[in-house]
Amino acid sequence: MIRKTVDVAVVGGGPAGLSAALSAKKNGAANVLIIERGENLGGILNQCIHEGFGLESFGVALSGPEYMQRFIDDVEKHRIPYMLDSMVLEVSADKKIIVSSKEGLFEITSKSIILCMGCRERTRGQILTPGTRPAGVYTAGAAQNFINLKGYRIGEKAVILGSGDIGLIMARRLTLEGSKVLAVAEILPYSSGLPRNMAQCLDDYGIPLYLSHTVTEIHGKKRVEAVTLAQVDERFKPIAGTEKKIECDTLLLSVGLVPENELTRKAGILIDEQTAGAVVDEDLQTSIPGIFACGNVLHVHDVVDYVSLEAERAGRSAAEYAQGKEKKPQTIKTTPGEGIRYVLPHQLSADSDVKLSMRVMAPARNVKLILSDGDRVIKTLMKTRVNPAEMIQVTLKKNELAGCKKIIVMLQNAK
Amino acid sequence: MPNKKYVCIICPNSCEIDVEYSGKNITKISGQTCKKGEEYTRKEFTSPERGLTTSVPVHGGTIPLVSVKTSKTIPKELIKDAMAEISAARMNAPVKIGDPAIKNILGTGVDIVATKNVPKK
Ligand SMILES: Cc1cc2nc3c(=O)[nH]c(=O)nc-3n(C[C@H](O)[C@H](O)[C@H](O)COP(=O)(O)OP(=O)(O)OC[C@H]3O[C@@H](n4cnc5c(N)ncnc54)[C@H](O)[C@@H]3O)c2cc1C
Repeated sequence: MIRKTVDVAVVGGGPAGLSAALSAKKNGAANVLIIERGENLGGILNQCIHEGFGLESFGVALSGPEYMQRFIDDVEKHRIPYMLDSMVLEVSADKKIIVSSKEGLFEITSKSIILCMGCRERTRGQILTPGTRPAGVYTAGAAQNFINLKGYRIGEKAVILGSGDIGLIMARRLTLEGSKVLAVAEILPYSSGLPRNMAQCLDDYGIPLYLSHTVTEIHGKKRVEAVTLAQVDERFKPIAGTEKKIECDTLLLSVGLVPENELTRKAGILIDEQTAGAVVDEDLQTSIPGIFACGNVLHVHDVVDYVSLEAERAGRSAAEYAQGKEKKPQTIKTTPGEGIRYVLPHQLSADSDVKLSMRVMAPARNVKLILSDGDRVIKTLMKTRVNPAEMIQVTLKKNELAGCKKIIVMLQNAK
Repeated sequence: MPNKKYVCIICPNSCEIDVEYSGKNITKISGQTCKKGEEYTRKEFTSPERGLTTSVPVHGGTIPLVSVKTSKTIPKELIKDAMAEISAARMNAPVKIGDPAIKNILGTGVDIVATKNVPKK
C-alpha cells in the first residue's frame, strides 16, 4: 500500500471534479489531487459531442468536449495533479481514500474530500421490461459511447424507450448516422427531456413521440426483432387493445439517471431519498464534516454549467475546511412542499446569500413559486412554465433569511 | 392574422415563441426572453439553419475518433448531404480543437472543425 497525504482529494474527474479542484486550489488549498477511474479527464462530456454546453458560463454554445477542455487546460495551468485509471474503492469517515491503480493500491489521507462521481443510467433490470433478453438492447448512454467514441454502428432500425435528454439526443444521432428511429415511447403524459431537444432532435427529423406509451414486450431470440408498444392508463398500466408491434433491431433505454452513491453510502453519509444524493448544507458539506458533494452525484443536473458553478462552491468550502476555517452553524432546514420534488441544500445558515436548486413534480403553466418560513412568505416568483426536466434556481438574500427556522418551497396556481 | 409557434433551441430555457405573419413577413413576435431568441425565430421563419456535430476517424491518435462540428450553422436542408461528405473525411493526429477536417463544406463557406484534442499515439 502506497501512502499519501493531501489537503483536498477530489473523487471523479468530470466537470464537477475539475471545477471543484480548481476552486479548492484558487481558494488556498496547497495540495489538491483529482482521482479519476477513466483514461481521460472530462467524465461523461467526452461522449457528449453535441452542442449546447457553456451558454450560461461562457455565452457560447460549445460541444461537450470543448467545454471540458477549457477546464482541463485550467487544471494543467494550475498544475493540479491527477491520477487516471485510478478507481476509488472506499472513502471512510476518517477521510482516508483507498484507490486501486496501475501503480498499485493507494491509501490517501486528506483533510477534506469532494465527492464528484457523477451518475449512471437506470437499466432494464430496474424498470422490468418483460420479454426475452436478446442482443440489441442498450442504455442510451452506452449507445452514445459506442457511436461517438468507438465508431460502432449499433443498429439499422431503433425504438427508444424514455424521452430523457440523452434518448432525444441519441434519436438525432442515430438518424444522422443513417439508422432509422421509428418511435420514441414515453410512459408519462409529457416528455422528460428539455423542449429544445424535442424540437431539434425529434421534430427536425420527423421522429414520432408516443406519450403515455411503454414497451410491453421485446421480441427476438438472438437479436431484437421487434418490440410491442402499448398505451398506458393513469396508473401506468398498459391498456389492452392498444398494442402495436414495431419491427426493429435495436431498443435504446433512456429511462433516467441515478447518482452513483455506493461510496457515499458505505462511508455512512446521510442520503436524501428524493435526490438519491447526499444531504448537504449550504457549503455542500455532507453529514460527515470535511466531506463535500457536488454535480450529478449530488442531484442530477440538466445543464453542465450549473454543475460547474455548484462545484466551485464545494471546492471553496473544502479548501476552507482544510485550512481550519471556522464554520457557520446551519440551522435553517429547507423542505419541499406542494408540487416540489426536492430542494437543495438541505440546511442553511443565515450568514450569506444562498442559491437554492429545486425541481417541480410535474409540468405546469402560470404558477407561483412560493418560499415561506411556514408562517411568513419570503419570496414569490411568477413562472409561465415549469417542467421537471428543468432545474429551477432561486437566490435568497441574507436579509431574507434572517430570523427563519425553516424554508418551505411550494407551487401554487396563479389566478 | 395567421400564426406559428416555435420552440427556441438556443438555450435550455426552451422559450415558446409565437410568430404572427402575413405572407412572407413577420408582423409580430412574442414569447422570447432574449435577443438571441428573436434572431433565431426570424431565421427559423425564413430559412432555418442548424449546427451539425458528428465525428471523424483519426489516424495515429490516442483515440479512434475525433468529434467535429460546423464552424457556423448551415441551411437545415443541407444536413444530410453534409453528413455524407463528412463520412468520407479522415484526420491525422495530432489534432487540436479548431483544426479543419473539411473546408468550405458544400460551398457554404462553413468549415467542419475538430472539437477535441487528439494527441499522437
Ligand atoms: C450517459 C450520460 C449522458 C449524458 N449526456 C448529457 C448530454 O448529452 N447533455 C448534458 O447536458 N448532460 C448530459 N449528461 C449529464 C452530464 O452528466 C452532466 O451535465 C455532467 O457531466 C455532470 O458532471 P459530473 O462531473 O457530476 O459527472 P460525470 O461527468 O459523470 O463525471 C463523473 C466522473 O467520476 C468518475 N468516477 C465515478 N466513480 C469513480 C470512482 N469510484 N473512482 C474514480 N472516479 C470515479 C467517472 O469516471 C467520471 O469521470 C449525461 C449523463 C450521462 C450519465
